[in-house]
Amino acid sequence: MADELPKSEKLIDVDYSPPSRGWMDTPVKIRKGMYCYAGNPKSLELLGAPNPRQWNPLDEDWKLPDNWKEIVFEGLRERIDKFRSFKVFMDICVRCGACSDKCHFFIGSGDPKNMPVLRAELIRSVYRNDFTKAGKILGRLAGARPMTLDVLKEWWYYLFQCSECRRCSLYCPYGIDTAEITIIGREILNLLGLNIDWIATPVANCYRTGNHLGIQPHAFKDMMEFFVDDIEEITGVRVEPSFNRKGAEILFITPSGDVFADPGTYTAMGYLMLFHYLKDLGLDITWSTYGSEGGNFGFFTSHETMKRLNAKMYYEAKRLGVKWILGGECGHMWRVIHQYMDTMNGPADFLEEPVNPITGTRFTNAKSTKMVHIAEFTADLIYHNKLNLDPSRNDNLRVTFHDSCNPSRGMGLLDEPRYVIQNVCKNFYEMPANTIREQTFCCGSGSGLNAGENMELRMMGGMPRANAVKFVKEKYDVNMLACVCAIDRAALPALMDYYHPEVDVTGLHEMVANALILPGEKKRTTNLRGEPLLGMEDEDAE
Amino acid sequence: MGTSFKQLLSQKRSLILKEWFYLVVETYPEETAKFLKRQSDPFSNPVGRTVHKGVGDLFDELMLGLDHEKAHACLDSMIRIRALQNFTPSEAVGFVFSLKTVIQKVLGRDIAEKGLSEQVHEFESKIDELSLIAFDIYVKCREKIYEIKANEFRNRHYSAFRRAGLISEVSDDPFLK
Repeated sequence: MADELPKSEKLIDVDYSPPSRGWMDTPVKIRKGMYCYAGNPKSLELLGAPNPRQWNPLDEDWKLPDNWKEIVFEGLRERIDKFRSFKVFMDICVRCGACSDKCHFFIGSGDPKNMPVLRAELIRSVYRNDFTKAGKILGRLAGARPMTLDVLKEWWYYLFQCSECRRCSLYCPYGIDTAEITIIGREILNLLGLNIDWIATPVANCYRTGNHLGIQPHAFKDMMEFFVDDIEEITGVRVEPSFNRKGAEILFITPSGDVFADPGTYTAMGYLMLFHYLKDLGLDITWSTYGSEGGNFGFFTSHETMKRLNAKMYYEAKRLGVKWILGGECGHMWRVIHQYMDTMNGPADFLEEPVNPITGTRFTNAKSTKMVHIAEFTADLIYHNKLNLDPSRNDNLRVTFHDSCNPSRGMGLLDEPRYVIQNVCKNFYEMPANTIREQTFCCGSGSGLNAGENMELRMMGGMPRANAVKFVKEKYDVNMLACVCAIDRAALPALMDYYHPEVDVTGLHEMVANALILPGEKKRTTNLRGEPLLGMEDEDAE
Repeated sequence: MGTSFKQLLSQKRSLILKEWFYLVVETYPEETAKFLKRQSDPFSNPVGRTVHKGVGDLFDELMLGLDHEKAHACLDSMIRIRALQNFTPSEAVGFVFSLKTVIQKVLGRDIAEKGLSEQVHEFESKIDELSLIAFDIYVKCREKIYEIKANEFRNRHYSAFRRAGLISEVSDDPFLK
């Protein structure tokens, strides 16, 4: 909703069409509900990030350093020199428009500046002005414009309306990755201290305590103990996770969100149960209360910050002396591992090429990063018939699968989650082809945009996904949206609440654990959420 | 006479719907309106197709006499989106009234020539009813947004405190009750 109400006389003068003018002449108007609060100066200080101060995006004065234009210019120049891809992306776009209608934020908001091509033009126009001959001579005729405070504000406003999901890049005939442009743009904004708190504070927390939520080691362990109690109550089996155990074969790292927030907590319980089940089959795995974050919000800040946070996971693997790392259900964590880790902190020579100790499968795809996605791991176990499963325990679910942007487009993890779902539950239905797999629509809250104050933005960005869910809900009576990303598990419940309250959200391993028959378990009457299983409605959980 | 205005509406249904659809999508910036009109895939263009289907369903509902429950369902999907977008409240629901503009544009001469203004007035009062339903939905959507914000905030913090053992809950122990 726009923030200002029109005057009564304006209401009489009804004109339904917005004024027609070019994008350069349409000034940015920062609207409540569309932006996130500014980064907490304490968080920026802790990270050694530039220009920590209190500021409000709605204020005229953003408290920028006097030489901010010079900083932007130098920042742009440095990155043009450093990243060949960025220079190419600045130069080769022919503005064909193939990407323009592929962005969930454009589709949902109807704001042309959310067309990927136009969002990139916000930066390209300044690049042309400062770095190309045509732009210097012809100016606006060549699509160039000088950097001004309004332009800078426009950058900030729209670069934090991009979730770096890369759906647009799929359609670009030149292979321009607009997400990379957003990444560089945000990096330059960070040079001026223009960040958002939903990113800055988790990054500072992760740098300090090893996870985004700032959970200290003892609290992390306490949380896991709660899960252990809950699992015992439901299954009668007491699982015994180990923490910071030196000499374990495998280190398990997952997003900390799953330890604290429902419904991710049920997925975390799922991991615990799976590892317990596999213990007798030869799984030797440990959690870490220091490397307790798979996610990497540094990725949304700068390459350097991403590298610092990613390095912590590998330092911990080295300290514990494990052979390889198993990673939980997360989104951008996998993009960082798959696309950046190897040249940033890798190769991880001190680790070994991952081998599934139960099936003997070599994960050659993880030869260099030494990190395996748990969906691959579990799919391999099921394929080799190593899990005793009772899919009927998920009979109350009619499931569809939301491909999380980063595992699907970022690393090609498309079939493994589906294979797992189809083995642990009987009712699975796909959303329309142009909304899943590589073409999946973002949840609308990725890349650090999962705050509360920008709820309108999130609901608009998630609308194309919700629209596809509507289709399977109406056609197949789907009641569960499964995903393999902690941001999804945090963001999609709100999206479903707004559009389809009948549809709930689950992680993959919550369903696995519900179906998994643990040796020595009691008769299960409820699922991990404490809801009665089908046909068990009258049974009291003991 | 009672049916003739509706007959006219039926005859011109597709033209009226096209004009109405155009007026609604033209409340968006020019480049967006082009896309909303052009792309016919409901999953690539959910806003455009929701509006397209919505105006058709609403029109048919008005022709049948306006069942509030059905009209509510037709309007909901459109307003649920517009309640989020860059519209003032009046702009978000005002598209309902633009049907009057379209009817005058398409059937204005026929209405005057055939003396149908009374039936037109009756039909327009149904459009007014529709606008009130739209207003109700709009407010509900806005309330829902604030509710989601509040719930998310509460759940995040409450569950974190509870799991960290910082909250003392009512115990089953009779001595602690």
